[in-house]
Amino acid sequence: MRVIRTIGEWLDARLQIAAPIREVVEHPVPKNTASWWYVFGSAALVVFALQLVTGILLGLVYVPSAGDAWSSLQTLNHDVSLGWFIRALHGWGSNFMVAIVLIHMMQVFLFGAYKFPRELTWIIGVLLLLMTLGMAFTGQVLRFDQDAYWGLGIGASIASRVPVVGDAVVKLMLGGPIIAGATLSRFFALHVFVVPGLLIGFVCLHVLMVLKLGINEWPMPGRIVKRATYLGEYHELTKRDGAPFLPYAAWKDAFFAAGVLLAVSACAVYYGPFGPTGQPDPTIIQTVPKPDYFFLWLYAVLSLLPPSMETPALLIGPVVVIIALLLLPFLSGEGEKSWRRRPIAVITVLLIAVALSTFTRLAEIAPWSPHMNAWSGDPIPQQMLKGTTALERQGALVFQAKQCRNCHALGDSGGERGPALDQVAVRLTLDQLIRQVIQGGGNMPAYGNNLSPAETTALVAFLQRLHPPGQSPAIDASRRIVTDDGADRRPAR
Amino acid sequence: MSNESQISRRGLFMKIGILFNGVVATALAVPIVQYVASSILRSRANGYLSWVTLGRVSDFPEGETRLATFRNPYVMPTDGKTADTACWVRRIGGDEFQVFAVNCAHLGCPVRWFPQSGLFMCPCHGGAYYRDGSRASGPPERGLFEYPIKIQNGEITIHAGELPTPGATADKQSASRDSGCRGCGKPSCA
Repeated sequence: MRVIRTIGEWLDARLQIAAPIREVVEHPVPKNTASWWYVFGSAALVVFALQLVTGILLGLVYVPSAGDAWSSLQTLNHDVSLGWFIRALHGWGSNFMVAIVLIHMMQVFLFGAYKFPRELTWIIGVLLLLMTLGMAFTGQVLRFDQDAYWGLGIGASIASRVPVVGDAVVKLMLGGPIIAGATLSRFFALHVFVVPGLLIGFVCLHVLMVLKLGINEWPMPGRIVKRATYLGEYHELTKRDGAPFLPYAAWKDAFFAAGVLLAVSACAVYYGPFGPTGQPDPTIIQTVPKPDYFFLWLYAVLSLLPPSMETPALLIGPVVVIIALLLLPFLSGEGEKSWRRRPIAVITVLLIAVALSTFTRLAEIAPWSPHMNAWSGDPIPQQMLKGTTALERQGALVFQAKQCRNCHALGDSGGERGPALDQVAVRLTLDQLIRQVIQGGGNMPAYGNNLSPAETTALVAFLQRLHPPGQSPAIDASRRIVTDDGADRRPAR
Repeated sequence: MSNESQISRRGLFMKIGILFNGVVATALAVPIVQYVASSILRSRANGYLSWVTLGRVSDFPEGETRLATFRNPYVMPTDGKTADTACWVRRIGGDEFQVFAVNCAHLGCPVRWFPQSGLFMCPCHGGAYYRDGSRASGPPERGLFEYPIKIQNGEITIHAGELPTPGATADKQSASRDSGCRGCGKPSCA
């Protein structure tokens, strides 16, 4: 011990950093901030450190070349000992980092910590969130597989919609005319040099400001922030009811950070690394690209927006959100901090959380995507064919062969883009069925050119059978008057 | 003149030093910006498009739509398979062709052709197109991207080389199509 002490003293006589470090870790914080609610910032920092370490480790093997990246990931997964584990740690670390940063942001917002004098800390935090999302997207590109390839195509398609400079932005993003070697190289540079460099710089500023301005005190309902008096009140609070950060509050940060690292490792061991999925070969088109977890909500929004609103929403939406986040501390820099007296803040957070999780869940199911193999893979339920005429059975064949099944479910299997047709005969009359099949409409293509009259007759005869046993199919009441026999018109049996 | 005498010799040198750095930084910025924007500049100067062949006309049966692949005309040694591109070739009859990009006009996912129903379907957001590439349903606001075509010596060639996107690139490609290249094979296109 004495040797260690001597070496330490020798070093510090030259470095002279022991005193400032002690001052930092032992600075007094309000006692009520020693809470489990205050651990997310430090946890984000620890996961970021994990990402730096595992990222460098992956860099020892990964090859940022469009021709070789995919096989170098296979090498990492299968040939390098524990390469799969490092990949899994990095992938799960990224998911955890986005989640923790979002939770941290939510907590800071609800606790009013963005108010005077911590406006700039919040603004830099917003930039850190954007960079974290940037790391998540560029990281998904470096996992150079089919999802990455077509994900870049989606990115380029969005970028191309920028007025006037769209084409130039696409060329700049891709580094050339197509998604290829230059594209991967520049996303590698962004993911490994540019964004992490900025992140490190801004994280240092963020932490420095937390230390200099002091951690936000626990918000008490009725304790109003005023620019003129806040600094004095905060100083008084830390003096009257303060305790040194280490160990009074820091032990909770330590426990939580270790717990998060353990959770990341557990996920990595249990679930393993993400992909890579198929080879990034653009001639393989039998693929259903999906973004990574944290962009799933965007995938949902892009398919649910009306087409005419899509481009404005894509180009203006993010700008509005970012400006609103940056302006927040200036619009409500004073006043009540406690969430108990800020119902709109609470509702906003709940609304965003519910919206994002709904969109994410929807994107997991993706009911808007046709099931490309349903027509050949999902048979028609047996009971729907029981007791059918030859014509109706022919109609069932047409139903399968013309890929109707890719968008329409029968007996809970098949696509969900269009309505399930188990009871379609109750909803639509014979004439309405024929019209819908031939002319399409309401998001359905017109099949008039692709069905012969005989096929249409057979198909509609089959569809007319699709009704619950106790319920008769819809009929056009007016037909009773105009037809001679007084019955509704049905295909001959 | 009396004001100038207040500037010290070192102060003046410091100012000149800052100015000197500014001049050098500006001079350096020119090539750096040019380097970063090289892919834009090259696209403006020479363009990336050229005529590539998809094979003999007789390889494509009349009345059918087949997947064809070609190597992008502009490649780098590290591109690997990413420079291979797929497209849908529809032979209407004789020398009358339509060649569509596989990229959906919505957000660029690869569309698949279903000959039985005569539809192109996109797996991502459910866009659908008719056999002539026109929009059938779903989020796309337009039909499939179409390459300009030439038939020469019994071979079908298309004017390609850029990733088609709903923005400017596509307009460029369809502009040349609109200027007389639709359903090509006519001498006016050659």
